[in-house]
Amino acid sequence: MTHKHDLTCHNILENLNAYIDGELDDKLCADIESHVQSCPNCQIVINTLKKTIQLCKLTDAEISLPSETRHRLYARLNLEDYDKKD
Amino acid sequence: MNLKENNETFELIALQQRDKAVFARVLDQNSDRIYRLALKMLGNVQDAEDILQETFIKAFNNIEKFEGRSKISTWLYRIAVNESLMLLRKRKGNTVQLEMSIETDDGDLIPRQIVDWCCLPEKELMNTETRDYIQEAVKILSDSNRAAFILRDVEGLSTQETAEALDISESAVKVRLMRARMQLREELTGFFARKMIKETL
Repeated sequence: MTHKHDLTCHNILENLNAYIDGELDDKLCADIESHVQSCPNCQIVINTLKKTIQLCKLTDAEISLPSETRHRLYARLNLEDYDKKD
Repeated sequence: MNLKENNETFELIALQQRDKAVFARVLDQNSDRIYRLALKMLGNVQDAEDILQETFIKAFNNIEKFEGRSKISTWLYRIAVNESLMLLRKRKGNTVQLEMSIETDDGDLIPRQIVDWCCLPEKELMNTETRDYIQEAVKILSDSNRAAFILRDVEGLSTQETAEALDISESAVKVRLMRARMQLREELTGFFARKMIKETL
């Protein structure tokens, strides 16, 4: 599929980060939403970008410090007395 | 001076006086996040553990330099990022990182693949294969873009906190973040597009 970058799509891309992070003023937000209604390509880019961030966040949220690694950390810092028991 | 963070109040003076109980609380509240960052930056558990230990040793040895102007977690992130980047530089030597180009000659970022994969069922979006692919995709990012992405999007720091942790301007954070996000989107789009094609065959 090809994606033509006319000025309006270009403007969407320029403001994409700020839009996703909710940092744009109401007027610009409304303009973007209006553009997206009639531009499926921009809609797909915005949706897949949001989903990408969400999936990366979910994947990493599961990482926690293994208990053996934690014990070695507390020992290295001479804080064994404060180490939680498993 | 009391530092309120994560519903805990730290006594800055007690921290600077190397009170062990306060150190232990700082460790307890921050070790998961520093380990997560190190693991994402370095990509393996042994290096992540080394960076984790080095970060807290350095922090506690230099605790008098922490003046309480930023959150202690931001200060720890800063040490951990620096340690990680130093280790990566040592490992890579003079090799040049190659990123898939998503930039035009004018420096604009452009999406190359337009495929709507958001409609895929949740179990397919978050299965083990996808998780493994995401882990690998994050490794492809340049070290500096990866650091910005992890701090801002994974760890949930504000743009200002990310700028403090990386010692760069907020506008530089935004540029790095956008590059990282767009590149990951391209990687995941390619991955899911291949899956969608396979399913239709």
